[in-house]
Amino acid sequence: MNIDKVNSGPTTEETTMLAQLHSRLETEADKSQLTDISYRVFDTPIGKLLLASTEAGLVRVAFESEGYDHILESLATKVSPRILQAPAKLDGVARQLDEYFAGTRHEFQLPLDLRLSTEFRRTVQLELGQIGYGQTLSYAQVAAKIGKPKAVRAVGTACATNPLPIVLPCHRVLRTDGALGGYLGGLPTKLQLLELENPQRQTQSDPVLF
Amino acid sequence: MKQPFERVVQTHGLSVLRVCRALLDEHRAQDAWSETFLSALKAYPQLDQEANVQAWLVRIAHRKAIDELRKHRPETVQAEVENGDGVHASTPAQNLENLELWQVVKTLPEKQRLVIAYRYLGGLSYAQIAEVLSGTPEAARRAAADGIKNLRSKLNEAQTPGAKR
Repeated sequence: MNIDKVNSGPTTEETTMLAQLHSRLETEADKSQLTDISYRVFDTPIGKLLLASTEAGLVRVAFESEGYDHILESLATKVSPRILQAPAKLDGVARQLDEYFAGTRHEFQLPLDLRLSTEFRRTVQLELGQIGYGQTLSYAQVAAKIGKPKAVRAVGTACATNPLPIVLPCHRVLRTDGALGGYLGGLPTKLQLLELENPQRQTQSDPVLF
Repeated sequence: MKQPFERVVQTHGLSVLRVCRALLDEHRAQDAWSETFLSALKAYPQLDQEANVQAWLVRIAHRKAIDELRKHRPETVQAEVENGDGVHASTPAQNLENLELWQVVKTLPEKQRLVIAYRYLGGLSYAQIAEVLSGTPEAARRAAADGIKNLRSKLNEAQTPGAKR
């Protein structure tokens, strides 16, 4: 027996106990309404996604490339530092995403919390929800739809800062010439989502990537 | 910028667990851990940005543990130490050493037990311990030295052939 041992890493037994204590904390914090943001990391065919929600609804969907640490720190600053990993609170979101990637869900039915967006961007992002599954619009068409036909650039920015990609389908917005435009999750991901929704897309003319 | 609370749990969960276990029996140690992090979560938005998070958590754990200690005097702890081997019989061998060490820490006089737990498990400085226990850093240092000496002789006793094991 060695006194120095007490500062060593966790034993298997301690790791198991900490996991149990963590789920107990999730439950008790939820009961006392102390968790302002619950999150989980969820596996999908396009990679791992970070899902975060407040009491009001889904507040953030993030790609791994955005850096989860950075995203959580930014949520701590902008919303609240009372953030806990609480997978069960996001079961509903995870299930709908599973169905979407299986091709059986064409529309998300989830409460959304767009507090991270400014009013203009929120208008654009909500408009994205009106673009049907498998359809695409150009940035200019979206600008026209919200009654600001000249705000094409601002619409592009609103898409690029969409806090809820996939759920609010900014991947359905392309450039007027049919080029993909941009995507926070990377252009291959944007293409993958468009092809999931419209398998014929692959056989059409080669997409112009840049 | 304040860290997301989840990171606080990940970083300090283990040392708070060890502090709680050194002071309380298994069941109450788990209650104390849960209450500590629940209270911490509640107070977290108001915590000073510059605060030492570990010291803050150990201070909360101290308050939770001390309540339990006052309620149940050492008889409980003593009885448990004597049955210690039986209680943890099913634990994998690799974990036994740590568990046994905690059992022995629990037999120390209260002041030594607290100081050792905060110093070696909680990672607090003697100045921080003095603040938690409302004493002086010198007294905390002395109690720790006495406690370690005490612990060493108790452990040696336990390992002497012909003793209990």
